[in-house]
Amino acid sequence: MWLTQPLTERSTRIFLGSLLLALLLVTLLHLAVPEGHPLHFSAYTVNLLGKYLSYALLAVAVDLVWGYLGILSLGHGAFFALGGYAMGMYLMRQIGDRGVYGNPDLPDFMVFLNWDSLPWYWLGFDMAWFAFAMVLLAPGLLALVFGFLAFRSRVTGVYLSIITQALTFALMLAFFRNEMGFGGNNGLTDFREILGFDLRTDATRLGLFIASGIALGLGYWLCRAVINSKLGRVCIASRDAEARVRFLGYRVERVQLFVFVLSAMLAGVAGALYVPQVGIINPSEFSPIFSIEIVIWVALGGRATLYGAVIGALLVNYAKSYFTGVMPDAWLFALGALFVLVTVFLPKGIAGLLSWRRKNRTETEEAAA
Amino acid sequence: MSLIKQMAQRDRVFDFLMPQTSPVDVRHGPILYMEDVSVSFDGFKAINQLNLTLDDGELRCIIGPNGAGKTTLMDIITGKTRPDSGSVWFGSRHNLLTMNEPDIASLGIGRKFQKPTVFEALTVFENLELARATNKGILPTLVEQMNGEIRTRIEEVLELIGLQDLWQQQAGILSHGQKQWLEIGMLLMQRPRLLLVDEPVAGMTEQEMEKTAELLTGLAGKQSVVVVEHDMGFVRSLARQVTVLHQGSVLAEGTMDQVSNDPKVIEVYLGEEA
Repeated sequence: MWLTQPLTERSTRIFLGSLLLALLLVTLLHLAVPEGHPLHFSAYTVNLLGKYLSYALLAVAVDLVWGYLGILSLGHGAFFALGGYAMGMYLMRQIGDRGVYGNPDLPDFMVFLNWDSLPWYWLGFDMAWFAFAMVLLAPGLLALVFGFLAFRSRVTGVYLSIITQALTFALMLAFFRNEMGFGGNNGLTDFREILGFDLRTDATRLGLFIASGIALGLGYWLCRAVINSKLGRVCIASRDAEARVRFLGYRVERVQLFVFVLSAMLAGVAGALYVPQVGIINPSEFSPIFSIEIVIWVALGGRATLYGAVIGALLVNYAKSYFTGVMPDAWLFALGALFVLVTVFLPKGIAGLLSWRRKNRTETEEAAA
Repeated sequence: MSLIKQMAQRDRVFDFLMPQTSPVDVRHGPILYMEDVSVSFDGFKAINQLNLTLDDGELRCIIGPNGAGKTTLMDIITGKTRPDSGSVWFGSRHNLLTMNEPDIASLGIGRKFQKPTVFEALTVFENLELARATNKGILPTLVEQMNGEIRTRIEEVLELIGLQDLWQQQAGILSHGQKQWLEIGMLLMQRPRLLLVDEPVAGMTEQEMEKTAELLTGLAGKQSVVVVEHDMGFVRSLARQVTVLHQGSVLAEGTMDQVSNDPKVIEVYLGEEA
């Protein structure tokens, strides 16, 4: 089966194994080690790590289209944010009458805007199953329409990057507007509970952290299964010689569309996990700069490896948290410097360094034998 | 207009009623039949009343000076260029002039371009795997499993093109000659009836040329092969029927010895070299 195939592969086993180990370790250090002990992981740290894990899933989604399909999307933040908004709408509806205005049906911002009923597109978001389906469908549908138009017209390369950037920018402007009904500038916030669990308790935070870890593991697995299938080889082939693949009889634009939609859905899931952990979703997630930052994570970690994207996302975001805490002004310079240094000295990213070392080792072993 | 004309002809079945997927029929004659084909670009006659027939399983070399119309000839057969007049039949059943490029390709006409394009990031084996004739839709491609039958087919082709020891290598590290063979192999994976090969030995070493000649002669018989080539030595080593093109029409046809002794041929082409 194509779906179970990755489990036979060493690198996937190592990745999934270490992810599982990390989840267990963090859970253990959080629950079993008493507070005040240097090894204790506070709820704050667990929450932060959960956020990083959802970013890592987003990076995997970007690597799938950029690394293996050669499509540099500078607008993946849009799919991430759409998934986040779907989740945010669910969480808003869960607030019920506990909002500032105490209106049982309308979220606070709608009361504030003097709306008297829910807009039609908010209907159904009080039901978890519907909202969670929308987490996949909203980004997936946008990617389907956008990708269909773009790939059918054979828009690729830098032009595609530019229009993805324009897409996310346009969505940002749209979501800023109050009339859109998504909370405008302030976005959606003041969440209370998810699936009946209070979002402010440590246990829920730990649960969301574990859920993010599991989602990352499953997403990685799914992407790996696609890449290792014959379809994955078609992707790599069309990345390097698109016309030749067409000549072999493959409908390249459909392959691109399929993978693009899959990637957008994964990004949506990442956004949906991100929102309850940070407690807010607003139009700034649509900002082009965020989408570019995602690409930097992937480039740093190493393209077309998947695990490189995870390493890159974790490392850059840890550094970001650290730097913005210690010297906030230096962060953007540090990010820029990091990007330049990696591009010049490590063109294949951190993952390239790892596989280079492995290759060297096997070569010396072979030479010794 | 042509449709209305067709419908007025009561003695025949309309084209659009004919079954589209009928197999190539070569019982009654040649696999490729071109008659009186002409094509001109902005007044320049690239092909001028050309007649050419090719038997099933034949290996044919086409030579001719630059601008003789060799590439245009290939373009017409593969459906890339439409001739102004004439007829082109594949077997006795398929009128190639009414078909588009993908249909002609799926009918079993494979074309190898001059410059080899293989998928450099994939292995030799994977290159052949992708080229295999099969359902190329998304889901069938996603779930397709490697099985004994596919493996045997790929190994057959690997042996034919002499790359069996390199099957695990990335195609990017192959030499120029090996890439050419791999690309011929990719064409063979599609089980073509007719193979059009454009200057296969350009840039090859002496040994590589010998091996290519062996490969192409080995293919003939199972499928028909048309080789367009500049290199006289190579054409001689294939030792088959040769067609000399000149200014868009056939100047001479016969064995290499016959055509190289033909005074017309010596004048326009061989004279430069011999």
